Amino acid sequence: MSGLTLPVLVTVMAGLLALVPVSAAIGPRLALIGTAILAALGTATILVHLLAGAPPTTLTLPVGLAGQSTILALDGLSALFTLIVLAVAAMAALAACDDAHPWPTAPALPGFAAGMLLCLLASDAFALVAGFELMSVASFVLVATHHTEEGVQSAARLYAGMAALSGLCLIAALALLAPNGASFAAMRTGGVEPWRATLVLALALLGPGAKAGLVPLHVWLPPAHAAAPAPVSALMSAAMTKVALYVLIRLVFDLAGSGNPLWWGLPLIALGIAGAVLGALRANMEMDIKTILACSTVENIGLITLGLGLALAARGADLAPLARLAAGAALLHSLAHAGFKSLLFLGAGAVLHQAGSRALAKLGGLAKAMPITVACLLLAAASLAGLPPSAGFAGEWLLFQSVIGAVRLGGIGLQVMACVVAAMLALATALAASAALRLAGVALLGRPRSAAAAAATDPGPALRWAMLLPALAVTLIGLAPGLVLALAQPALAVMLRTAPDDTLSILALQAGDHAQLYAPLLIAALLAAFLVLITQLLRRHAVQGARGGPLWDCGYGDPPAWQPFGDPAAQYGGASFAQPLRRVLGPLLLDLRETIHTPPPGDISVARLHTAISDPAQRLVFTPLGQWREAISRLADRLHFLTVRQILTMMGALLALLLAYIAAMEQL
Amino acid sequence: MSALLALAALLLHLALMLASAPLLLGVVRSAKARMVGRQGPPLLQPWRDLLRLLHKQPVVADSVSLVFRAAPALCCAAMLAAITLVPSFTLGMATAQASDLLVLAGLLALGRAALVLAGMDTGTAFGGIGASREMLFAVFAEPALLLVVFTLALMTGTTNLDAVITTIASGQLGLRISMALALVSLAIVALAECGRVPVDNPATHLELTMVHEAMVLEYSGRHLALIEAAACLRLLIWFSLLAGIFAPFGIAPKADGQGPILLLLWAAGAAIWAVKMLVLALGLAAFETSRAKLRVFRVPELLGMALLLGLLAAILLFVSQGFAHGFGGDGA
Repeated sequence: MSGLTLPVLVTVMAGLLALVPVSAAIGPRLALIGTAILAALGTATILVHLLAGAPPTTLTLPVGLAGQSTILALDGLSALFTLIVLAVAAMAALAACDDAHPWPTAPALPGFAAGMLLCLLASDAFALVAGFELMSVASFVLVATHHTEEGVQSAARLYAGMAALSGLCLIAALALLAPNGASFAAMRTGGVEPWRATLVLALALLGPGAKAGLVPLHVWLPPAHAAAPAPVSALMSAAMTKVALYVLIRLVFDLAGSGNPLWWGLPLIALGIAGAVLGALRANMEMDIKTILACSTVENIGLITLGLGLALAARGADLAPLARLAAGAALLHSLAHAGFKSLLFLGAGAVLHQAGSRALAKLGGLAKAMPITVACLLLAAASLAGLPPSAGFAGEWLLFQSVIGAVRLGGIGLQVMACVVAAMLALATALAASAALRLAGVALLGRPRSAAAAAATDPGPALRWAMLLPALAVTLIGLAPGLVLALAQPALAVMLRTAPDDTLSILALQAGDHAQLYAPLLIAALLAAFLVLITQLLRRHAVQGARGGPLWDCGYGDPPAWQPFGDPAAQYGGASFAQPLRRVLGPLLLDLRETIHTPPPGDISVARLHTAISDPAQRLVFTPLGQWREAISRLADRLHFLTVRQILTMMGALLALLLAYIAAMEQL
Repeated sequence: MSALLALAALLLHLALMLASAPLLLGVVRSAKARMVGRQGPPLLQPWRDLLRLLHKQPVVADSVSLVFRAAPALCCAAMLAAITLVPSFTLGMATAQASDLLVLAGLLALGRAALVLAGMDTGTAFGGIGASREMLFAVFAEPALLLVVFTLALMTGTTNLDAVITTIASGQLGLRISMALALVSLAIVALAECGRVPVDNPATHLELTMVHEAMVLEYSGRHLALIEAAACLRLLIWFSLLAGIFAPFGIAPKADGQGPILLLLWAAGAAIWAVKMLVLALGLAAFETSRAKLRVFRVPELLGMALLLGLLAAILLFVSQGFAHGFGGDGA
């Protein structure tokens, strides 16, 4: 039975690939339905595989580059990430089916899913690069779907540039690892010199790291994820970033050898925690719901990377329990994030479709009109905010426990680092909570800010199910995180090269010699019991019913007839909710520039406040890079204006140099 | 048998907490009034207010959604769940295993989130301003709180509140500067979380200076009663937490075959706990009477100070442990 998993997954992948050309004949909608069915089939297969605890398998396909066969493999690590990719792909395709006329580039969606799947199953360098590039190209096509809209072209161009950089770095890293052969087995047996391994770490952070949205190369992520159609955003945010992290884990934890020094974890910890704080802060400032969600992806990827960094450092310091704790936190949060982020993006798609806008300034008042969507989104927002007993809290609890454990890593420098990381982790989660409540409070609750928002209804059955199923999954992860951790044990064995922990409890998460524990079922039961108690008490002892009426609002009158929901400007909005945080943290972290234009006395024109913020990565990395590129191209441009004589002289000089070089080499 | 005793302790604890939470608020209010030379309301006034509110029919605006109606119950349930995790007169209650400090912080955040969403759901300027400021304070209070948890975990080796109190009560830690710093830090966080002066004024009548009260301005009747009850409970949680961690004397140990003397220990524990609460209530009243409320944008500075104190507490601990026991201080 377990031997069948890999062939089934290969069939699913081939089917997905075949859907791309076939969709020209059967139409995009049928292609999407096919994608959903194939991905659901794959999800069921891989779930059975994981639950059965099946051993790793390998499959050699007689196709590939000339004289080469393609090696595919399924071990614990790839199986866990395959589950994420296929489940999210099934939901995204199902959600896309809701539209009778999907967007024109929809046929690229199965190709995107197939690329991610190939990336996860690949067990040689060529297959991995092929999968990675297929994923990049297909997602680029999908990002550029609405290329006639403002900002989409620049987002797609930036994305293409970053994808090219990622691919290049990945190829370079694999080339460094493959002196003995391109298959992963050969890389593992060959062994890697320390300088090569260090270079691989740097390239993995640059390449797959950029693709995952690691600071400082995360700048492409918010615009690209916001520009794509909602199911694609869900797939990119929930699945593609995880695939990139998988490649990072595969390169750094697995292929670069297991004898890493402790300091390898430090860049991951630093980049991770910086990304977490920055992403959460930016999520508080953005005014577009999908950009907010994309910024929160940067935050969550930062949290996962922090867990990976702690695990890597602990592995270097031979602290196996800490490494297991931190890596478990990273994997648990990966799954939880995949669940709630796909739910949030699909819900955002429903909001966009039904209420006609993604701008916070045009939404609001959806809770009564779209109860199912809003309930699902509130559930996911609780995870985003890290409230117990949600899925988001479980991962963050484990992560905080690993940060506490990190004081055992070494000297006082590392201990102070752990302390600072703990404070920043708390700041990041608190900022994320603020962003989640702002998103839910402004976009979903309150009074409608536009006529379209007032007339919204719940979406059709396909999209509804595409939200309800992830909502169920997220609830399950939140209530039984121990089960997820049990599924992740084979992956931990691959990452840490240790025996699986057999003292795991399904019901609760434990840390530090089981001294502390988080029992979500108990917390949920307590909350439920007290809710029932309160309702019963109120039913017995309080006056029943409620009187309706207008809002009091300290004595404001009824809204005028031509504005049945009142003036939208009189309600707190996204910008005003964020104002205190922007004022306190903006000058320090986001280079806030506020200008107030006040008309002179006697002038009756309106006073205006203009605020501008910019991402520090934009300011510190991308703007200087752009300036260097300009400078280099200006330098190169001078060649165009040389005289014929100068060009001939240069060519002669070059030829002479080359000959001298060859002569010198022959002497050696 | 010991499981039954643990359950009995939990139920007694809940009953004690529910009965005394409004009373505690009454003590604070009364003491504040006395300190400024007024007669003040009777001690049982908060209880009477709750009953009065239960007998009034609430007014719920037509424009609000289910979130507004459900939030008070959720907030109150979160506070009740949190209070089962904080020991008062005895250790080793039925929930002792699960009494994690991080979970406690999460439950307090859950209660806050419910009210913030309710404030946003009214769609009024006051609801929004309260919600936005509440989150601003939370963003700075949370790191300070978790740094204190971090420090306590370093000292006692766990984040389990029951175990932390057991270790501190056993006296093996001795007097530590880190403990004092953590106390100040946690006290500031408690003031912010409970919405007391100098962060927020619970008795204000000027809407523009409100934070917590602005958020719940639209509530009335039984909904408001739940919110007021949750506020009392929150104050009691923080007082019990401060007393449990920083003055853990007198608390009864885990019920484990002590026989009839256990009842005596519990009674003594309850009496000592009541005295601690009284001292804290009088202290809070004295502090509130002598301080003015801070401007909203000065509050992050205050909470930033709490954060720095928490950081300092942890770093001092590293330094002292590094010198004393070579705890991980070999520079590996």
